[in-house]
Amino acid sequence: MSATDIQYPETEQEVARLVTEAKASNLSIEVRGGGTRLGLGRPSQSASALSVAKLSGITNYDPSELVMAARAGTPLAEIEAALAANNQMLTFEPMDHRPLLGATGEPTIGGVFAANVSGPRRISAGAARDNLLGVRFVNGSGEIVKSGGRVMKNVTGLDLVKLMAGSWGTLGVMSEVTFKVLPRPETAVTIVVSGLNDAEAAEAMAAALAMSVEVSGAAHLPESVIHKFAGGSLKCGPATVLRLEGLEPSVEVRSERLLAEMGRRGTASVLEGQASQDLWREIRDVAPFADGTMKPVWKVSVAPSAGHQLVAALRLKTGVDAFYDWQGGLVWLRMEADPEADLVRQYIKVLGGGHATLVRADAATRASVPVFEPQPKPLEALARRIKDQFDPAGLLNPGRMTAGM
Amino acid sequence: MSELIAFQEPDRAVIQRRPAIIAVLADLLPEGCLITEERELVPFDTDAFVSYRRMPLAVVLPETTAQVAAVLKYCNDNAIPVIPRGAGTSLSGGAIPQEDAVVIGVSKMNRILEVDFPNRAAIVQAGVTNISISQAVDADGFFYAPDPSSQLACTIGGNIGMNSGGAHCLKYGVTTNNLMGVKMVMFDGSIVEIGGKALDAAGYDLLGLICGSEGQLGIVTEATVRLIAKPEGARPVLFGFESSVAAGACVTDIIGSGIIPVAIEFMDKPAIEICEAFAQAGYPMDVEALLIVEVEGSDAEMDAMLERIIEIARKHGVKTIKESQSATEAALIWKGRKSAFGATGRIADYICMDGTVPLGQLSHVLEKTSEIISRYGLRVANVFHAGDGNMHPLILFDANDPEESLKAEMAGNDILKLCVDAGGCLTGEHGVGIEKRDLMRHQYTDADLAQQMRVRAAFDPKWILNPSKVFPLDGRNGSQPGNQSALDAGKTAA
Repeated sequence: MSATDIQYPETEQEVARLVTEAKASNLSIEVRGGGTRLGLGRPSQSASALSVAKLSGITNYDPSELVMAARAGTPLAEIEAALAANNQMLTFEPMDHRPLLGATGEPTIGGVFAANVSGPRRISAGAARDNLLGVRFVNGSGEIVKSGGRVMKNVTGLDLVKLMAGSWGTLGVMSEVTFKVLPRPETAVTIVVSGLNDAEAAEAMAAALAMSVEVSGAAHLPESVIHKFAGGSLKCGPATVLRLEGLEPSVEVRSERLLAEMGRRGTASVLEGQASQDLWREIRDVAPFADGTMKPVWKVSVAPSAGHQLVAALRLKTGVDAFYDWQGGLVWLRMEADPEADLVRQYIKVLGGGHATLVRADAATRASVPVFEPQPKPLEALARRIKDQFDPAGLLNPGRMTAGM
Repeated sequence: MSELIAFQEPDRAVIQRRPAIIAVLADLLPEGCLITEERELVPFDTDAFVSYRRMPLAVVLPETTAQVAAVLKYCNDNAIPVIPRGAGTSLSGGAIPQEDAVVIGVSKMNRILEVDFPNRAAIVQAGVTNISISQAVDADGFFYAPDPSSQLACTIGGNIGMNSGGAHCLKYGVTTNNLMGVKMVMFDGSIVEIGGKALDAAGYDLLGLICGSEGQLGIVTEATVRLIAKPEGARPVLFGFESSVAAGACVTDIIGSGIIPVAIEFMDKPAIEICEAFAQAGYPMDVEALLIVEVEGSDAEMDAMLERIIEIARKHGVKTIKESQSATEAALIWKGRKSAFGATGRIADYICMDGTVPLGQLSHVLEKTSEIISRYGLRVANVFHAGDGNMHPLILFDANDPEESLKAEMAGNDILKLCVDAGGCLTGEHGVGIEKRDLMRHQYTDADLAQQMRVRAAFDPKWILNPSKVFPLDGRNGSQPGNQSALDAGKTAA
């Protein structure tokens, strides 16, 4: 269950004081931002909670430097509005988990990085972690620590920045993040290739990514989910969608070339403007499975060519509903199997490795099934040693990622 | 020659055991993989940071991961320091050995194991040179993006150690953004695999931590790297300016306007003269500063981008604009830039700084740099990656003049502090090594460094891996050998 006693520090020093006090009384803390992803991960085991929601505000933004710094609790909406006003964006396109998880509240920039949340542009622009340049955080001993900075290239010392990204608040309470921003593309279009099965789509996407056309999004939407996208307007069977972005004359040239190539594989058409934008937001936010239920939803990351093989293998065992992003390497899955975790994870291993995350499930399931892919023994031991070096008393989000850690 | 940078006091006990250690190493390795003769050890006594030299105890050049593991386990069990080495092209002294250390070089592990185009990945051994990856996939229309100037020689293992960049990382990122997985030997000889062809491995981002850790967390023996489709074409264009300040302001404006070229390289007059004399690249000689701006894509695309860039350059009073008219000309332009270090080395000794500053600070830092240099009575050539604020002042001096050598190092330190004070960092892509180790406190607090050192100890409890590097020698208490929690961690792991 979520903790009921929530503290809202307004300064980094206050965060440090609260953690120090918690350490003195050996009380664990649930670390949270806007709380929109509390339903993701193992359920909290903490007595009290610390929210960075009031540690808010953009602290440094010079658009010509392509860098922004903000306190961890700054609402993502505020960040995106400030960037939009300067025709810039977060290039890694973070997913909004609220529709899928049925959550309310405001996602914060700290939460985005703590969960390393990326979207369709992951394949060309990197993950959230690739765009995080600097962090300030309070470790489990109440010490204020900084790593990285506000420049694009920085190899000064160990890159704790990467470690903080995706650590789900288990290594420290992030107080401020500095990240890369990029100009918004002048224009974006989506090439829709209709009629390909999953295997053909994987080939088509690989072919598109092998062309020098700079695809910035590559997804495949099988027939079973196609009606949930674009208000049901993508009618002609399964759709493989490829996004091109950039300067107008450039996108024009590239889309002609891509259309010519894809036209040989299926019926190719073009989606522009708002329709294109909406489609990628729906892909990003897993629209087909955002149905108001708590039916388990898996996010699987494998080699792009293995995604459809995984789904085909699972289909021999159970009912599966799936669609693909990241050139086929990101599989959003819904199954009717029970238990599902062992089955999907066993097949991932057979198909060359990767990992599965149980992104949505009720709390009881999340407490009993490993939400994140269990690590091989030596890596888990290493992760425990790292955790000990940040949070020796195990106060911060205990058990959130791994049971007993 | 007096040395500004101290090394750890070598462990006499280890040195005394040298014959016994060599005997064990000989047992662990096949013939031809162990170097112990002084004459043959000399090439390993330094790297590209040549002001400092130390003879190692021995050099091993294993052929397999298992051999690396056997040597590392033996060294850890016997508290013998280990210096991992790629091609020895480090500019920060990252591969300089010490008298009580065994160098583990990966140069014999130089095979490309797998190229997987559908998944845009290549699996390579750590001793593969940076350029050979791009060469291997070139015919199929792909390349590996990070392109350090030393790419003909430097290894992917070394690139991972230093998180190397290059001229084109403005668009494609540095090594960490193009690295998908590693096979790594841990301090105790255990072998771990992290990441792979799937994106974003589960658990903590160990891959991100390992990249740029300067060989202190383990020895990487294999890497899975990202392949990218080659652009249809690329066109570098030269822009000559009457002042460095104008060129710097132009860079900021190009980036601010929403255009991200693949590369924006900066050269000041001394650098232009040195490079032109060496490469005959056709650089304009009547300007104070030069930008090489490279755009890529189809012709239409490049035309569109260049039109906007030229317009911005005109606003900053650009004096000459020269577009490359052929692939040969383009190659020459890059040859000039990429041979900057080598060409400088022909006319003088130099040390190369690597601080990064926020873009808005470029002009200010350039101005202050020349102030510092004239204060020491030295000369400087500036040639660097302007698009991402990564400065490379080359400080020229005469290595035979001890006083001047010392001045050059001191000027370098002042310049790096200037970069940090301007909101930047000590090193953008060369690594801390020994060179910047003692400046770390200028950028980090004791708490910051202590946190990093604790993480380091979680990977290498006895601090045997590249021990003299990165962290100031004093103040390691709490993370050094003898620290109980670190030693316990070692036991748990073993």
